[in-house]
Amino acid sequence: MSNHAEAQVANNKKTEKVFSWPNLVAKEFIAAILCTVILLVYSYYVDAPLRELANPGEPENPAKAPWYFLGLQEILVYFDPWIAGVIVPSIILVGLMAIPYIDVNPKGNGGYCFRDRRFAITVFLFGFIFWYALIVVGTYMRGPFWSFFWPWETWSFDFPTPPPSVSLPNWLGIPALLIYFGLGMLVPAVAFWKFAKQLGFIRYNITMMLLLLMLGMLIKMALRLMFNVKYVLQTPWFNI
Amino acid sequence: MNLILFLIRKLTETEVWKSVFRHGYTDTPRNRALQTISNVWLHLHPVKVPKHAVKIRYTWCLGGLTFFIFLYLTVTGVLLMFYYVPDVNRAYADMIDLMYVVPLGRLLRTSHRWAGHAMVITVCFHMLRVFLTGSYKAPRQFNWVLGVLLLVLTFLLSFTGYLLPWDQLGYWAIMVGTNMGAATPVMGYQGPFADLLGVKINNDVRFALLGGTQIDAPSLLRAYVWHCIGIPIIAGALMILHFWRVRKDGGISGPL
Ligand code: HEM
Repeated sequence: MSNHAEAQVANNKKTEKVFSWPNLVAKEFIAAILCTVILLVYSYYVDAPLRELANPGEPENPAKAPWYFLGLQEILVYFDPWIAGVIVPSIILVGLMAIPYIDVNPKGNGGYCFRDRRFAITVFLFGFIFWYALIVVGTYMRGPFWSFFWPWETWSFDFPTPPPSVSLPNWLGIPALLIYFGLGMLVPAVAFWKFAKQLGFIRYNITMMLLLLMLGMLIKMALRLMFNVKYVLQTPWFNI
Repeated sequence: MNLILFLIRKLTETEVWKSVFRHGYTDTPRNRALQTISNVWLHLHPVKVPKHAVKIRYTWCLGGLTFFIFLYLTVTGVLLMFYYVPDVNRAYADMIDLMYVVPLGRLLRTSHRWAGHAMVITVCFHMLRVFLTGSYKAPRQFNWVLGVLLLVLTFLLSFTGYLLPWDQLGYWAIMVGTNMGAATPVMGYQGPFADLLGVKINNDVRFALLGGTQIDAPSLLRAYVWHCIGIPIIAGALMILHFWRVRKDGGISGPL
C-alpha cells in the first residue's frame, strides 16, 4: 500500500498518461489468464461438494447457509430471525449505499491514505472484519444444533445444556437503550464538535445511528455471552 | 522467412482483411489509439489512462477480475445448461452424470462452482479497495450505489445456484435462507406484524420465493430461472451501467 508521501508524489504526476493498449490491456489479459489457470487447477484437484439426494424428511444437522451468509446465520444466536435475517442485512445495505453521501471528507480520494480518513477507514474496516469474523465462527466453529466447538474439537451430540437465559426487565431495558442511544448521539457531538458540525445535523445523525447500531450488536452479543441475556426489550409484538 | 513475411503482407493487403481489421499494426501512437477504439471489446477503455491507474497495486485488478469471472461463469453456465434439467426427479442424477459420465463434466461443474465462490470473494475485496482508495467520493457516489446493488446481485446469483444440484447441502441451505424470509416484518408469516396485512404461510414472501409452502419442484424451477436468466440479465445490465459510469465520472479515480 502506498503511503501518504507516495500519494503526494503521485499527485504531482497526475497528468501523466499512458496508452491503454498495451499498458493496461496486457495486464488485464495476464490477470485473466492467471485467474483461469488457478481456477482450473484448483477445480482439477478439489471437487465441488455434492451430498446425498435432497431429502425433506432428513434435516442436515447443522444446516448451514452458504458461507457468505453464515455471518447472518451466526447472529441468529443473538437475535430473533426478523432482526438477524432481514433487518440487519437491510441496514447494512442501506448503510453501505449511504456511505458516499454521509462521508463529506473530500480528502483521500484516489489513493491509499489512512491519515486523512481515520474515522471512516476505522469504522469500515471494523465492519468488514466483523462480517468475516462471524463467517469464520459460523463456518468452522458451529456443530450440531449450532452449538459451539473449537475447530480442533470433534463434533458431538452430547454437550451440557446451555444455562437458562434471562431477559432484562423492561424497566431496566428501556432506560438502558435510551441512555445508550441518547448518550451515543450526544456525547460525540459535544466531544467532537468540529467533526459533527462539518457533517451537519442530518448526516451526523445518520452516521452515528449506523455506528451505534453496529456497536449495539456487539454489545448485545457480549451481554448474551457473559450474562445470558436473551432480550433487552420486550413488547407484545416483537422482542429485541 | 522472407516468403512468410511476403505472404503476411499480401494477406493483410487484401480487401477482406482490411474490411475486418481497420488499422495496421505498426507501433505508432495512432495505431495504439485505434487498437482501443476500433475494437468493440477494448473500447470499454479510454485510449489513454493515467499512469497510476495501470499499477496493479492500485486496483489489484479486482473489478476487472470480478467481471472476468462473471463471463467465465456465463460460459460454463451455458454449457452446464446443456446437461442439466431443473426437474426434481432428474436434477440430482444430472449432477452425477456431470461428475462421472459427461466428458470434462466434472471440471465444468467444479470450476463453475468455485468460480461462483471466487466472484463473491473478488467483489467483496473490490468494494474494500474502492473504499480504501476513497473512490466513492464525489463525483463517483452513484457508482458506489450501483456497486452495492451488484454486490447483492452477486450474493443472490450464488445463492440461487446453491439449490440446483438438489442435494442435501443445497436443500437445507436454502431452507435456512428462505426461513429467514418468513421472518420479514409485515411480509413474512412468522415476522412481527404479520397479521397486519393478513399474511399467512401461503401468501408471504417466502411463499413467493419458493412457489409453495415448502421447498419443492416449483422452488427448483424458480431458483433455476432466477439463476440462469433473471439475475444474470439484471446484473449484466447494471454492470454495463457501472462501467459506463466509471468513464463518465472522469475515468478511474486518482489523486486529485
Ligand atoms: C459484479 C460486481 C462488480 C463488477 C463486475 C465491478 C467492476 C468494476 C470495474 C471493472 C471497475 C474499474 C476499476 C477496477 O477494476 O477497480 C470498477 C470500478 C468501481 N467500482 Fe465496481 N464492480 C462491481 C461491484 C462493485 C461494488 C460492490 C462496489 C462498491 C460497493 C463498486 C464500486 C465501484 C466504484 C465506486 C468504482 C470506481 C472506482 C474508481 O474510479 O477508482 N463496484 N468496478
